[in-house]
Amino acid sequence: MFYREAGQFKTSYKADQAIFSITQDRFIVGLFLVVAFGVVPFLINDYWANAILIQFLVYAMAALGLNILTGYCGQVSLGTGGFMAVGAYASYKLVTSFPELNFILIILLSGGITAAVGMVFGLPSLRIKGFYLAVATLAAQFFLVWLFNKVGWFFNYSPTGMIVSPPREMFGYLITGAEAQPGARYLFCLSFVTIFALAAKNITRGRIGRSWMAIRDMDIAAELIGIRPLEAKLSAFAVSSFYIGIAGALYFNVWLGTAEPTEAFDINQSFFVLFIVIIGGLGSILGSFLGAAFMVLAPIGIKNLMVGVLGFDVSVAKHVELMMIGTLIILFLIVEPHGMARLWQILKEKLRRWPFPY
Amino acid sequence: MLFLLETVISGLMAGVMYSLVALGFVLIFKASGIFNFAQGVFALFAGLALYDFIAQDGWFYGLFGFVLPVWLGIIATMGVMVIVAWLVELLVLRHLVNQEPIILFMSTIGLAYFLEGLGDMLFGSDVKPLNIGLPSGAWDYLLDNYNLYVEKLEIVAAVVAAVLVIVLAIFFQKTRIGRALRAVADDHQAALSVGISLRMIWVIVWSVSGFVALVAGVMWGSKSGIQFSLSLIALKALPVLILGGFTSVPGAIIGGLIIGVGEKVAEVFGGPYVGGAIENWFAYVLALAFLLFRPQGLFGEKIIERV
Repeated sequence: MFYREAGQFKTSYKADQAIFSITQDRFIVGLFLVVAFGVVPFLINDYWANAILIQFLVYAMAALGLNILTGYCGQVSLGTGGFMAVGAYASYKLVTSFPELNFILIILLSGGITAAVGMVFGLPSLRIKGFYLAVATLAAQFFLVWLFNKVGWFFNYSPTGMIVSPPREMFGYLITGAEAQPGARYLFCLSFVTIFALAAKNITRGRIGRSWMAIRDMDIAAELIGIRPLEAKLSAFAVSSFYIGIAGALYFNVWLGTAEPTEAFDINQSFFVLFIVIIGGLGSILGSFLGAAFMVLAPIGIKNLMVGVLGFDVSVAKHVELMMIGTLIILFLIVEPHGMARLWQILKEKLRRWPFPY
Repeated sequence: MLFLLETVISGLMAGVMYSLVALGFVLIFKASGIFNFAQGVFALFAGLALYDFIAQDGWFYGLFGFVLPVWLGIIATMGVMVIVAWLVELLVLRHLVNQEPIILFMSTIGLAYFLEGLGDMLFGSDVKPLNIGLPSGAWDYLLDNYNLYVEKLEIVAAVVAAVLVIVLAIFFQKTRIGRALRAVADDHQAALSVGISLRMIWVIVWSVSGFVALVAGVMWGSKSGIQFSLSLIALKALPVLILGGFTSVPGAIIGGLIIGVGEKVAEVFGGPYVGGAIENWFAYVLALAFLLFRPQGLFGEKIIERV
């Protein structure tokens, strides 16, 4: 009843192929964007920005990237943390070497550098498949983190090995550094994520996205119908790494402000993003957002519940939190292996027929 | 020269330790096609449980006022691992039959988180020195006569690993259950159709890999104490796996040895030039180099692809 598309006639091919072809969808998404851009920045405070919203946006961005690689092209990667590190360190080097460069450009360039690195580490995917590839991408993870830890040039020989993001402005508002207002930082991330989510949606609907999906579904068959695996796989690695690199740059510059490689970009980051993608739904742009929201909110919710409501000790709560997250993940995989995107679809179906299911 | 020899030997011994963990992976992957990331945590969990049964400051002592002798403790831990295996089958695997490999893989990561939290909560997260009477220190004979430093514990580990592989080989080749396991590994559906209970087999194979994890936990625990970082040896075992092939028991052993030696030699002779601590990634790069020539690992079954 709420979601009925009856009476909405599509009169052109363009209308038929629109991303949001139904009025209700357009309305919901539009409302969401209006609230996200127009209302939230004025209400936001430091806690909300740091603990929830910016974290959510950064991980949504990383999840978009990994979803392109794993969800659309079928290449499982466990190197996300390493690629995020590339993005972060690239942006750090750029921002300190070229202080007058526009910050947006810096973020984009870091994405580009990460894309190049990602292509190099994607080369084995032409020979190696499945879990062998997944483990091989761990090489990228460990090597890159080691590199940023050991080679002084990357962190400008700072004695602590930490990198610190210098304050940068955008339209007169500080967006990085300790003085930056949460609203400005949030809006900066949000704009990036919105634009690139739209881009990702369109890339995956186009020729190149279809060739990725063909490779994912069966690479030999895809080869036979004339898709070049080299091109498809490497482009997936490049685009995916571009996204992840931007996520890494935002993660370091806008969210954390300081970072050191062994903690901030360790393998748990890779798993975390992979969880987001799987729980959100493989091969779904919306899923990346839903998964990110779930994985960011669930630990906070569990922690607040344990410590605040049930009065557990903090250290006990930490163990229980770990257990609960493990359980939730397993539960989710059992109940809906296709992820939250699929749940959303089912919900839409239900809403459409409600209250008369037949 | 002597130094090189020493490095190689210590690499071989480290390799044996990796192999012990990799073995557990291979067993499960062979029988159920599941890439069990929780294997390292299994080792940690088994070690913690064993410590609990035999040490004065464990739970068991608190409850009953006495500790078990080591051999009984090991049997009791084995019981715990069988229960864990059974629960895993009952609560997780049973519901995930026919899912894609990546879903199963993720579920084992969830399992790893769960067991990690549970182990920490039950047994505490401090480092526990596990002492079950294995010899330690250098092997005097070699040290005196050849001036070669070899840890006794590492020799023991090598012997244990050898025995373990032989026992597993006999188990797989000669027993009824072993044959059933191989049948399942070959083809789930065909195995089902001749009346092999898949669930039973899964419980058995997870128990066996729980046993392997126990051995690994004991060895690592005796070496460096039982601590959280034990669960990270799973990451050390992964390059061993892809090098040896996911489905090959001998591959796990040989792969472990190659990785162990390669890593140690590279760290000792190459490490200082590039800043050290290359152990973390060198194994992966080494495995990757092998993979480029043999995509299914050294001993893995040839991957035949059809449209």
